[in-house]
Amino acid sequence: MRELDASVVIKAVEAMCIKANTELGDDVRKKFEDGLRLETSAAAREILRQLLENADLAMQTKLPLCQDTGLAVFFVELGEGLRIRGGGLVEAINQGMRQGYEKGYLRKSSCDPLSRKNTGDNSPAVVHLELVPGDGLKIAFMAKGGGSENMSRVTMLAPAQGWEGIKAFVLRRVAEAGPNPCPPVILGLGVGGTFELAPKLAKKALLRRLDDTHPDPKVAAMEAELLEEVNRLGIGPMGMGGLTTCLGVKIAFAPCHIASLPLAVNVQCHSSRHEEVVL
Amino acid sequence: MSEYRLQTPLTDEDVMKLRAGDVVLLSGLIYSARDAAHKKIVEALDRGEAPPFPLEGAAIYYVGPAPAPPGRPIGSAGPTTSYRMDAYAPRLHRLGVKATIGKGRRNEEVKQALKDCKAVYFGATGGAGALLSQRIEKSRVIAFEELGPEAVRAMKVTDFPLLVVNDAFGGELYVKPNLDLGA
Repeated sequence: MRELDASVVIKAVEAMCIKANTELGDDVRKKFEDGLRLETSAAAREILRQLLENADLAMQTKLPLCQDTGLAVFFVELGEGLRIRGGGLVEAINQGMRQGYEKGYLRKSSCDPLSRKNTGDNSPAVVHLELVPGDGLKIAFMAKGGGSENMSRVTMLAPAQGWEGIKAFVLRRVAEAGPNPCPPVILGLGVGGTFELAPKLAKKALLRRLDDTHPDPKVAAMEAELLEEVNRLGIGPMGMGGLTTCLGVKIAFAPCHIASLPLAVNVQCHSSRHEEVVL
Repeated sequence: MSEYRLQTPLTDEDVMKLRAGDVVLLSGLIYSARDAAHKKIVEALDRGEAPPFPLEGAAIYYVGPAPAPPGRPIGSAGPTTSYRMDAYAPRLHRLGVKATIGKGRRNEEVKQALKDCKAVYFGATGGAGALLSQRIEKSRVIAFEELGPEAVRAMKVTDFPLLVVNDAFGGELYVKPNLDLGA
């Protein structure tokens, strides 16, 4: 059995938290540039210009791209043949996250749901753990902001509603959310599974690069179709109108009960911040 | 679409020349407050106590900044979503607050209060926190320090870039989506 020291995990997580929050992905930047070429209205162009300047400034100054540096969400694939030495894996992830948020001057946004008292160190991290064959360890980190998370929804559709019902729900959700989640948004969809699995799939789908193509051509076509329809809503950057409402639609499917069609829509703001590391 | 340079505290005259879509570069002192601070401010008002800053002519910025790194007055500082403060905004406008700064839609009560009280709702670019922080020259916690990022801060800004989203005449910058959402 392979062994990995917890300190390696702590260090890697600390670095990921800081990098994801201060360096905009080149795939997102490219989409801003595409939008700037496409948009004609002064407001839409000005917003996209500011977002590009913001990304440059964050890179230079190491200030976070957005003050909402999110709750820290991790998707972890742990090989069955790997043992973490010198501490638990989840604690190591939390320790690395706390250090990253402290050293990177990132905002601590975690609080008690009712008293609203801040936990003070952004803990606990939300850790989704999956056991996989082999002896590797893959950790993906996402800084998920509250504004876009608040606009996300889970619903249980009737099977008869099918793809058309899924599209109608998503279009309505994006239209109702309007300017609130900081468009242009990215949409992660979880289709199928159970009541709790669908949103997990939706969130994990947001880890994909914006410029990737789903390996299943049928799903890739659905993603492209929905993206085009969402962009026809005309909401535009920050809701001021325009052609750039959505930068990408990423869909994950799972088999579901014969009675159900679970659907989760995880809305991601344009400040899509995620990183991953293989240890 | 016009461009204006304005100075806080804001006056009726300042507000009445603004229309949805105008660009405003705001300078002077503005005050940060989010959900938790609004609750505390309103509770203080209920008890007959003074608010933590003068409301007359005030501009409230819906922001919870990231911590300030060494050598900087403040960390990343972009707007948070405004609807969560809708419950408090009309009362504060009636007490003299002239502007709020945030992102996202306001409800009908807030839009009515803007008309009744000659006030304005500005949008700042969400997710541009690093950029916006460059226009904040000083920042000091003036109340509710225990709230951490949600504490009330007095911030000195110069040419803080804003768009008029809702004006005092019922005008709105946000577009209606191309989808029938019913009533």
